[in-house]
Amino acid sequence: MLRIDCPWCGTRDESEFRYRGDAGRVRPAPDAGLASFSAYVYERDNPRGWHLEWWLHVAGCRQLLKVLRHTQSHEIRWIGGPGETAPLPEDCAP
Amino acid sequence: MTPPQPDRAPRPGTSRASSGRYSFWRLLREGLTGQHGWSHAWAKAEPRAGYRVVIVGGGGHGLATAYYLATEYGIRDVAVVERGPIGLGNVGRNTTIIRSNYFLPDNIRFYEFSLKLWEGLERRLNFNAMVSQRGTLNLFHTEAQRDLMTRRANQMRLLGVDAEAVNRDEVRALVPLVDLDNGRFPVLGGFLQPRGGTVRHDAVAWGYARGASDAGVDIIEHCEVTGLRREGARITGVETTRGPIAAETVCLAVAGHSSVLAGMAGLTLPIESHVLQAFVTEGIKPVLDVVVTYGAGHFYVSQSDKGGLVFGGAIDGYNTYAQRGTLPMAEEVAASAVTLLPGLARLKILRQWGGVMDMTMDGSPIISRTPLAGLIFNGGWCYGGFKAIPAGGMTTAHLIARCEPHPVATHLDLARFADGRTRDERGTGPYPYLH
Repeated sequence: MLRIDCPWCGTRDESEFRYRGDAGRVRPAPDAGLASFSAYVYERDNPRGWHLEWWLHVAGCRQLLKVLRHTQSHEIRWIGGPGETAPLPEDCAP
Repeated sequence: MTPPQPDRAPRPGTSRASSGRYSFWRLLREGLTGQHGWSHAWAKAEPRAGYRVVIVGGGGHGLATAYYLATEYGIRDVAVVERGPIGLGNVGRNTTIIRSNYFLPDNIRFYEFSLKLWEGLERRLNFNAMVSQRGTLNLFHTEAQRDLMTRRANQMRLLGVDAEAVNRDEVRALVPLVDLDNGRFPVLGGFLQPRGGTVRHDAVAWGYARGASDAGVDIIEHCEVTGLRREGARITGVETTRGPIAAETVCLAVAGHSSVLAGMAGLTLPIESHVLQAFVTEGIKPVLDVVVTYGAGHFYVSQSDKGGLVFGGAIDGYNTYAQRGTLPMAEEVAASAVTLLPGLARLKILRQWGGVMDMTMDGSPIISRTPLAGLIFNGGWCYGGFKAIPAGGMTTAHLIARCEPHPVATHLDLARFADGRTRDERGTGPYPYLH
């Protein structure tokens, strides 16, 4: 059971949230070409380590959060809003 | 990749005792002579400096690929390297279901090819894998769901695969435990694939390992791959904890950790790693002799020959490499179990496993060449790796030996994502946690 510390609601169980995937991807420029867009849509770093990801607090404030979580230990190191920039550890893939 | 070549001569100094043929007469003879004549089912090999083919991953797909390479395609200079002991990964921790009731024609052909191989597998391997075609019953709970399943069953029948509509009374007769009159999700009927069923999963790993080893394949356990040797755009071998091993072809069959291994070659895959749990209850007398899936949730259950009810549900739903499940999904699976089969509420759960899955962007697997010469990829099995073991092994072996995809696996290439040919069985788009 993850305990996610929502900046708006406080610490809540993972069952209040819905996972929305990798938050480290950056949309390519409109003229970046098909290969870049294909990679953006389909390819994932899928790191065994620190992972920046989206969680939607669907049964709470309904805000979209950015969470920095470790994919082996499940430790959560940082949580912020969509516009914030996570302080990425050295070994973080994005 | 190089074209197929005649196999090398038997290697000096590597004479291995064959496990011999298993039969009733041998059992009788050994029983009368003190059981001294049995040898190990497969040889524990030491790594050599190089092989024609090195398969990374001693799970179902790796072992099956090695077996079919040696016995079907005549390539015996093969090593399977495995980080731990074989049979202790996902191949030994799944809900053991086999079936081919898919919707997309390409997927039906691929999984039906697998089911046909399952049907002859024990004779071919001379190993009792307890293949039990007890039937797979998918229940539906709404009229829309019935229409969707009818469409799928018709699609299957057009391709020569068995599918039968089953009404409420027949469901009651097949599975007396099911609560047909649940207030929210009453069972309206179901579709049965009579040839679906279960297989003893450990025996699949052991049977393929024995067959491959007897055919000359080196199975190297406790040998973790730490890097891929690369010269330009070509992979030439692997670095392992037991030294480097050269290879003309390296095949990755490490579903769950595919991204980690592919990352060693600088490749990024259309895959996320997620954990899927399976549960077994205490053993009870026979109560369930088909595989049943619940239509109003993600839940599937069968009873093992030991008596335990074996069941599972959806992935936990967020990226993880931790080989353990978390409680919210365990609760959801248990809720589905007692909604569908209220009698299960009195049973204790004896064991639980969490295995890491490769979840692909379209929910279909990948058997493919890669942008690097000499590197073949088998992975992305999502929920469906176990049932696909024979077909995955055969088609990967075909790709390695013949340098072209097997006719039933042409649609499983990596390039399908960039080319817009995804095989999205559930139609949920590039969101692996939804497949």
